[in-house]
Amino acid sequence: MTAFLATLLLPLFAAISLLFFNKENVKAIKYYTLGVSIVTFVVSLFLYFGFDHLNPNFQFVIDYTWIQSVDAGFRIGVDGMSMLLILLTTFITPIAILASFDSIKKRHKEYYIMLSLLQFAMTGVFVALDLFLFYVFWEIILIPMYFIIGIWGGQNRLYATVKFFLFTVVGSLFMLVAIVWLGQYVGTEILNNAAGFTSNFQIIREVSSQIPLETQSWLFLAFALSFGIKVPLFPVHTWLPDAHTEAPTPGSVILAGVLLKMGTYGLIRFNLDLFPQASFEYAPTIAVLAVIGIIYGALVAMVQTDVKKLVAYSSVSHLGFVVLGIFSMTAEGIQGAIIQMVNHGLSTGMLFLAVGMIYERRHTREISEFGGIARVMPAFTVFFALAMLASVGLPGLNGFVGEYLTLLGAFNSPFLKSQWYTIISATGVIFAAVYLLWMFQRVMFGEVTNPKNKDLQDLTKQEWAMLVAPLIFIVWIGVYPNSFLKISDNSTKALVNKLELIKFNKVRYELPQIEAEAAPTNNQ
Amino acid sequence: MIQEIQLSAPFYMIAVVTLIALTIDFMTGKNKSAVYNFVLFGLVMTFGAAAYTLSIPEETIAAFDVANSISKGMIKFGGYAAYFDMLFAIAGILTMLAAKQYNAREYKDYKEFYLLILFAISGMVFIAHAANLIMVFIGIEVMTITFYVLSGFFRNREKAMESALKYFLLGSFASGFLLYGIAMIYGATGTLYLDQITQKMMIGDFHDLYLTLGIGLLVVGLGFKVAAFPFHQWAPDVYEGAPTVVTAFMSTAGKAAGLIAFIVIAQAIIPVTAANEILTNNLDKFRTLIAVIAAATMLIGNISALTQKNVKRMLAYSSVAHAGYLLMGIVANTPEGRSGIVFYATAYMFMQIGAFLIVSVMEKDNKYLELEDYVGLRKSNPMIAAMMALFMFSLAGIPPMAGFFGKYYLFMAAMDSGYLWLTIVAVISSIISMYFYIGLVLNMYFKDSEAEQERVCPGMAGIALAISTFGVILFGIYPSLIIDLANKIF
Repeated sequence: MTAFLATLLLPLFAAISLLFFNKENVKAIKYYTLGVSIVTFVVSLFLYFGFDHLNPNFQFVIDYTWIQSVDAGFRIGVDGMSMLLILLTTFITPIAILASFDSIKKRHKEYYIMLSLLQFAMTGVFVALDLFLFYVFWEIILIPMYFIIGIWGGQNRLYATVKFFLFTVVGSLFMLVAIVWLGQYVGTEILNNAAGFTSNFQIIREVSSQIPLETQSWLFLAFALSFGIKVPLFPVHTWLPDAHTEAPTPGSVILAGVLLKMGTYGLIRFNLDLFPQASFEYAPTIAVLAVIGIIYGALVAMVQTDVKKLVAYSSVSHLGFVVLGIFSMTAEGIQGAIIQMVNHGLSTGMLFLAVGMIYERRHTREISEFGGIARVMPAFTVFFALAMLASVGLPGLNGFVGEYLTLLGAFNSPFLKSQWYTIISATGVIFAAVYLLWMFQRVMFGEVTNPKNKDLQDLTKQEWAMLVAPLIFIVWIGVYPNSFLKISDNSTKALVNKLELIKFNKVRYELPQIEAEAAPTNNQ
Repeated sequence: MIQEIQLSAPFYMIAVVTLIALTIDFMTGKNKSAVYNFVLFGLVMTFGAAAYTLSIPEETIAAFDVANSISKGMIKFGGYAAYFDMLFAIAGILTMLAAKQYNAREYKDYKEFYLLILFAISGMVFIAHAANLIMVFIGIEVMTITFYVLSGFFRNREKAMESALKYFLLGSFASGFLLYGIAMIYGATGTLYLDQITQKMMIGDFHDLYLTLGIGLLVVGLGFKVAAFPFHQWAPDVYEGAPTVVTAFMSTAGKAAGLIAFIVIAQAIIPVTAANEILTNNLDKFRTLIAVIAAATMLIGNISALTQKNVKRMLAYSSVAHAGYLLMGIVANTPEGRSGIVFYATAYMFMQIGAFLIVSVMEKDNKYLELEDYVGLRKSNPMIAAMMALFMFSLAGIPPMAGFFGKYYLFMAAMDSGYLWLTIVAVISSIISMYFYIGLVLNMYFKDSEAEQERVCPGMAGIALAISTFGVILFGIYPSLIIDLANKIF
């Protein structure tokens, strides 16, 4: 319990304590933030060790009433799905902070405050068990990200950050209406509680399948719009390439590594769990959008001349697999989706780091400016190659596991009822190989044609550290994915059981019977 | 009787303070700070009295023997009235803190200014306490007549004169509507006491046509006072021309007073159970009418604010839009709706006064009011920029600031009473408003100005800004502080 609260609150503590630092003392600010984030990571490992992965329920649940009159509470807890994503967050953030040491050159204090706030809110999104609390965290993220892109971003940052902000807000405000509607419907029509309203997720999920299909559909669509924009799902993905390209390297790493996962996490946690009937109804539609995203993202990535933009579009394609896996609504598909979220965070994060490193050296990201980098920066090339191959989905590295499982899930799905999703999506893997390998070839191989590339320095110690850390997990997941899959296994199966029970009236998986733990509350 | 005086302490307190302040004014002659200090003191006392009234247990607030009371049922005590007294007093205090320096710099530090603020507040307190339509009318008139004077207070400025004249002409016209509406209602029901009107409507003892006409005219008059579409045209001009501290005061306390009048009247003339089906139908139509007005107000306000280049004018339009959000609570006409208005009015007061006071601090000789002047503000005035950003995020409704929870609660109330479409319009207009709110933040933080800006010293306004900032954050994180109270006071 202590480890859990510490994981959530340490970044907030960092942000507040940073206010008292002298802004001239850049070194202290940098190392302090890094220190706190590493401590947070270690603490989150304790959280993981205390986590019982056999238990499909929420664990470490804390339930404090916050605003009685709308039954909103500070309700948090972890289950298998959020556990992995919390670890991803606490893992990616120190790397992003390390990457900031070189790439952030002005207004350090404000920057590290924003980054710490961002980590706090991201962790909050993954642990919130209350729709009101979830929404608060979801929206808080906008503020630091708005500043990070807007102040420390590239040339076109103003356009990118406003676009990012408005796109997200459009989605999330409709989600807010849906949250209010849902809370009010459950509070008055189903529960008839005193407030006539509730935003308690655990209560709502028990009863939400009683909501009539038409209402559920609207709610589902409002949530899906918000999450779809964040993922980003075709056709609301257009903010992403701009935001990614203009954000500073650590911003892109966080954006790709964690922020996009909030969307896919939301789809599993809220859309599937709260609106099962509507999910059956709309799964094919969303799966089609996901498949379009896979192909479209890959095709657009192919013609990019800017390395960072290429990686950004590859995210659209990769996240398509995740969404497809989710809406296959099978255990394999959802498991694959969760592991693919982690994979994408690691490998794309690493690719963005690599792009950032080369940008620091050359101040350009145009593919045509490079060529023959392998000769001057051999170590860098090796890392870049591994990250890229992981992204392509080479067996033995992590990407393969996730893509394989999602495609398998979509193939067997009793809800999608068609193999074509898998067949078409699989071509996306081929396209990924094409655009990534082609880019790699143009950047790394051949003679050094551009004289500016002749004296590039290979990796520094700091950069080694940044690249080795994710690589360990990339290989680990690739070789022995079970250490990670088992974390979310039972929670996923419980969700699939719930869905299949509603649709086919049968239970597929046997789960250990564990009583949901009583949460400490102040309601009595 | 002792109990009555105890319960109506803020009501008498403000009246007594106002009279003493007048006396002090002509007794002290050239000494300017005596009046200022006394007015400030009086407002703090009023606040204290209202807080004391609220702390008296509820049972004594509710029941009251009208026949034996001094006020003969003309005024209400405690509850929401005391709460709004507190709100008006705080708005007055914040305005006063910023006004002295601002007036001295921009025009002249006339002590009449502070007296006028006090008059306006006593008018507002009358409205909040009113239990009779005449009391509502008197309160509104006391308030708006002072506003006419205040908005033209810088009489060497053309814009201020224009603002005052415009406000006066249109305002008196609207007061006519209000009075005519009151007369109609009197004609229809034979009483001006709000509770009796409700009773007569419930048992069916009224004239149908006059009542409908009366309610319609009241909606027009009150709509004008809160600057709701289509009677909002005066607001941007008046708010822009008036001295900025006055704008801050008018657009928050004035609006809150207009809303409490709206609440009091709507609660009475839209009873939960009406006498017959025709009346129920008519009343539903009125609610729908107010809903349409609310929807149009927020959309028009926000869309017009989009294109503004002048910060003061932009905030003026945004204040029109916020009146639209607040009206959602009236449309709901439920306890939730009223609590929502109470919360939103409080949150809105802190954030809007804060934003306008920053404009007043930045302003110089009626210049430095453009959006361009805020470019690179974070460099020259980091604290002010940070507070402005906070107020903007709060106005935009981004958690964890107070503005967010206000919207959440109002959405809830509107949806609860079956106005889903209104909530969706509110959301769409919120999205529109994001653009200009974050646009100002964008100017302050992301652009660097070429011209060297000077550092401004907020002085006493700094205290007001600190209070506003504190309020916006505190009520954002602990909305229960207000919302639990709000659920009890009606």
